[in-house]
Amino acid sequence: MDFNPFATVKEEIDLSPQISDEVKTSTCYMCACRCGIKVHMKDGKIRYIEGNPDHPVNKGVLCAKGSSGIMHQNAPAKLTKPLLRVGERGSGEFKEIEWDEALELATNWLGETRAKDPGKLAFFTGRDQSQSLTGWWASAYGTHNFAAHGGFCSVNMAAGGLYTIGGAFWEFGDPDFDRTKYFMMLGVADDHDSNPIKIGLGKMKTRGDCKFVAVNPSRNGYGAIADEWVGIRPGTDGLFIFAIIHELLRAEKIDFASLARYSNSPWLVIQNPGGADDGLFVRGKKGEPLVWDLKKKKAVSAHSKNFTPAFAGKRKVGRKTVVPAFELLASRYMAAEYAPDAVAETCGIGADTIRRIAAELAHAAFAEEVVIDQAWTDAWGRKHDKMIGRPVAIHAMRGISAHTNGFHTCRAIHMLQALLGSIDTPGGWRYKPPFPKPIPPGDKPTPPHYKPNTPLGGPSNGFPTSPDDLVVGADGAPLRIDKAFSWEYPLALHGMMHMVLRNAAEKDPYAIDVLFMFMANMAWNSSMNIGETLGFFTAKNADGTYKIPKIIYSDAFYSETVPYCDLILPDTTYLERYDCLSVLDRPFSAAHGVADGIRQPVVPLDRDVRAFQTVLLDLGAKLGLPGMVNGDRSPKFPGGYPDYLVNHERKPGIGPLAGWRGKDGDKSGIGEPNPNQLDKYIENGCFWSEEMPLDIQFFKHANQAYLDYAKKMGWIGAAKPVVFQLYSEDLQKFRLAAQGHGERQPPEKDRERIETYFDPLPIWYKPFEERDVDADEYPLHALSQRPMHMYHSWGSQNTWLRQITNVNKLHIHKDMAMSLGIIDDDWVWIEGRHGRVKGQVKLIKGVNKNTVWTWNAVGKRKGAWGLKHDSPEFNKGFLLNHIISDVLKPNKHGHEFSNSDPVTGQAAWYDLRVKISKCAPEEFGTTYPIYDAVKGPVSDMEVSRYGADLKGSKT
Amino acid sequence: MTSLPKTAPKKKLGLVIDLDICVGCHACAVNCKEWNTSGKSAPLTDLNPHGKDPDGVWFNRIHTYETMNDTGESRTVHFPRSCLHCDDAPCVTVCPTGASYKREEDGIVLVNEDICIGCKLCSWACPYGARGYDETEGVMKKCTLCVDKIYNKNLPEESRVPACVSTCPTGARHFGDLNDPGSDVSKLVAAREGYALMPEQDTKPVNRYLPPRPKQMQTVDQTPRALIHEDTSSDAAPLLARWVDKILSV
Repeated sequence: MDFNPFATVKEEIDLSPQISDEVKTSTCYMCACRCGIKVHMKDGKIRYIEGNPDHPVNKGVLCAKGSSGIMHQNAPAKLTKPLLRVGERGSGEFKEIEWDEALELATNWLGETRAKDPGKLAFFTGRDQSQSLTGWWASAYGTHNFAAHGGFCSVNMAAGGLYTIGGAFWEFGDPDFDRTKYFMMLGVADDHDSNPIKIGLGKMKTRGDCKFVAVNPSRNGYGAIADEWVGIRPGTDGLFIFAIIHELLRAEKIDFASLARYSNSPWLVIQNPGGADDGLFVRGKKGEPLVWDLKKKKAVSAHSKNFTPAFAGKRKVGRKTVVPAFELLASRYMAAEYAPDAVAETCGIGADTIRRIAAELAHAAFAEEVVIDQAWTDAWGRKHDKMIGRPVAIHAMRGISAHTNGFHTCRAIHMLQALLGSIDTPGGWRYKPPFPKPIPPGDKPTPPHYKPNTPLGGPSNGFPTSPDDLVVGADGAPLRIDKAFSWEYPLALHGMMHMVLRNAAEKDPYAIDVLFMFMANMAWNSSMNIGETLGFFTAKNADGTYKIPKIIYSDAFYSETVPYCDLILPDTTYLERYDCLSVLDRPFSAAHGVADGIRQPVVPLDRDVRAFQTVLLDLGAKLGLPGMVNGDRSPKFPGGYPDYLVNHERKPGIGPLAGWRGKDGDKSGIGEPNPNQLDKYIENGCFWSEEMPLDIQFFKHANQAYLDYAKKMGWIGAAKPVVFQLYSEDLQKFRLAAQGHGERQPPEKDRERIETYFDPLPIWYKPFEERDVDADEYPLHALSQRPMHMYHSWGSQNTWLRQITNVNKLHIHKDMAMSLGIIDDDWVWIEGRHGRVKGQVKLIKGVNKNTVWTWNAVGKRKGAWGLKHDSPEFNKGFLLNHIISDVLKPNKHGHEFSNSDPVTGQAAWYDLRVKISKCAPEEFGTTYPIYDAVKGPVSDMEVSRYGADLKGSKT
Repeated sequence: MTSLPKTAPKKKLGLVIDLDICVGCHACAVNCKEWNTSGKSAPLTDLNPHGKDPDGVWFNRIHTYETMNDTGESRTVHFPRSCLHCDDAPCVTVCPTGASYKREEDGIVLVNEDICIGCKLCSWACPYGARGYDETEGVMKKCTLCVDKIYNKNLPEESRVPACVSTCPTGARHFGDLNDPGSDVSKLVAAREGYALMPEQDTKPVNRYLPPRPKQMQTVDQTPRALIHEDTSSDAAPLLARWVDKILSV
């Protein structure tokens, strides 16, 4: 061989290294999106996590969160063993105990409470993807005090949708990105549906025949790629929508044919001011609503096959004076107060812009129809030879719902969709099965029974349709610890976890015995008013005992909440356990077909931790809860959660998983348990999906073949059409009570609120914090949202993600900053009526001038999450939560209501008003407040060389 | 001091990045980190991963910033930045040991870490700041275009693209042979007027960026700027009166 010392050494590269010993599929849980993943394992370690190309949610792509799963699995804050508090609450002094002892303690605490009054257990499950299990468990235990985290998340979105169209944005419906011609996205924090939205936007923009309008105070993320950014003032979206509706009505750009068929807008409403039936629908002999038939010149059943309804005009039916609901709707929104010129200043949007957007929406809906050549038959037997779409798609998220006017704003958006005739049409916004559901779904919240050792007898949460369904005492007082379903927050469908600690510590309405929480950071970024909330955890009675006597908490990580609890049941990570993404729960279906899925253990357990769901079933068996034990009190699901997933039946033939049911696995939806069901899921990539034929993919609310299919699958009780309730009689029933009608009357402190906010048609009002503070003193709106690479992720201490973001700055408009004498990177005080925090600013143009915003949950409490104490998250990152009050200023009756939507109890994170001032020079450099460090484990890692030993092929 | 291939590579593999649909989500950056930390240049070391100023080796980073046009209109831009695999790669010619080199087969610019002395000349020479020095190993690391993935026979055919491309949720990243005018990427560049970054540096980058499309305003152009009201009085009564007996649902 020639030797040439000057020649360059040619590198030998292994182009085909062996990547993995094994590839396991599962479902991601780095956020709430539930994408399919393929996990490449090598030498027992994770080599690579990629999106599963076959999976219906993400189709092979994977976001930054999902791609950082390796560092989630290797997080320094993982809990390793059950912990029992030995010091004071908050001290973080624990001793490690064995599982036997932990479970015995928990069983004793829970058993003692159940033997006295099961309702004295408050069970709140936070970031819970197993609510069909946890809710069932709560009901079997016997407590009505159960909910997950929806009350402080986006219940306005769910309630607004479920009470209007029988579905809602995100989990219950998708924009038709393949066909839409006009896509409008409203609200900050738009990344709930992380990968599907991104996939959709990419396709839609690449298609190139659709306009994308972002209505958002901030132009980050998706707003940056929109064709038009409308920098609306926070909390005014409802007014903006009304002005659009005003324009459409006045121009008669309304899909009357669709409204006649699919909505209650022609239904006749009784006009009897002061009467007990005022504002209710006039009904026929069988209780059916009526419409005025213009051809027959009389009232006919709204359920009849053919009618030519009047949309306006006062008429008599019997002795009652009636008008079509549409007249009430039209006369409200055609009024001058909702003209674009009238709302422009409040919304911070030019009237010309509003008029133009209304014109564009009308043009897209009516001049750019999308037609699919597919015959279908509606629920009244009328045959349609084509599917005609009005290709306006809308998506809205947290920015709309996290205001005290969010419920009505959500309803307003759905009303706009209905007026344009775009709901579940080609190019519009489409339901994802098992939605649509009846409006609202049939379950009612179950009141407490105060009987020892007795199941609740029904679900703790449900859908009230009148004051009769409220969970209140004879005096009208709340009976739930969170005051959900009371006159204070009647439609608090998802409970109000954000009020539990205050109410329990103040024993208002009563003291509880045990608080049991799962995966909710209530001592930090999941609570408003953190300072006082920590005080609720530690509040003591005169005798030195805690006002909240016992707190059990399950989590996988040492979060800020761990040191404030008594008994810690350490959970597994999403890569270590079985899980279920159930159609009974929060489905991840697509508009064209249903889907559900599982997680399977991918990484072997290396700690003494157990999956929360398995622990819950174990506790249920130890407590002897019905459904969790056999006749001889032996555990019904000795195999834990996977055993339950396969063998539990909610109703005969209906279980957590819909795929491969039946003994031979040949049934879907309904069928007896299949012992090989999990194997079938794993074989198929840990998901099941069933695409529906084209003729049932649209108009699902009124498509008979779809409704028959939904009934067959067990999703709806009867194959009846879902008629959009633009005018809500349910809401009117509450309002009538407030006007003095009916047996069940609101307490005086609630009467005016109920009368005002239970308007049967959407209304707009100033968000409460804005109403209650001096706008000159606190001139700015303050919002927090999470960056896409951390949205919904549990623990942004992630080694890779924190390299992208480890401090959050306050984004402020350049002109506003200039007027305040503030320049880039200055430290500022951000002060609200409830206190002040300190942070550093970043000047931008792409934000509403009266708004400042920051990334949420980047700021952490020193000592948590395994980070070293000099981490920027502790010393520079800040939360606005400190200055968001959890209660409003007292009303004229002296009552402090929650800082929440008056209809649904949704936490109003985005109502905050602040003033900004530059810090003194000596105040620069660190945030405020910085609490004392909690005593969590601290990483001593100086260098991470993850992957070094996984390189190349095995030798 | 190190030679580029004597004859220009027949294939010029590279990336085409669509700035019209990049939403700045960092998926590409993190998935790249994930693949490559056990890949050819393993590990992509992280310094002080759980403490102050955590900083590691990344091959791809996303910058989000605002720009202003002549009329004072601002826009938010998300800009992913990685090695452009230049034809005239100054990081190669400046390398004193031959560690930095451009592959003859496909034009990918790589570092042979076995002979890299960590002098950092290449990172000084690169006008794009595309290289990452691994302090603990004393060698330079950089985007490999996932050379151990794109040809990997242990992976299914559809996975043989760089990690940043397969993972991109919006489909903003494309991979292919930019020397072949018939390739999908070349066609895309032609159709969308894809451009090279800072061509004045004369390094002849292979990667291309697709500029944002013109804003979709076609709906506006075809329609009046505002709807024509059927009635212009200040209250709702006249229109409602017209609707009383009108068959609207046709």
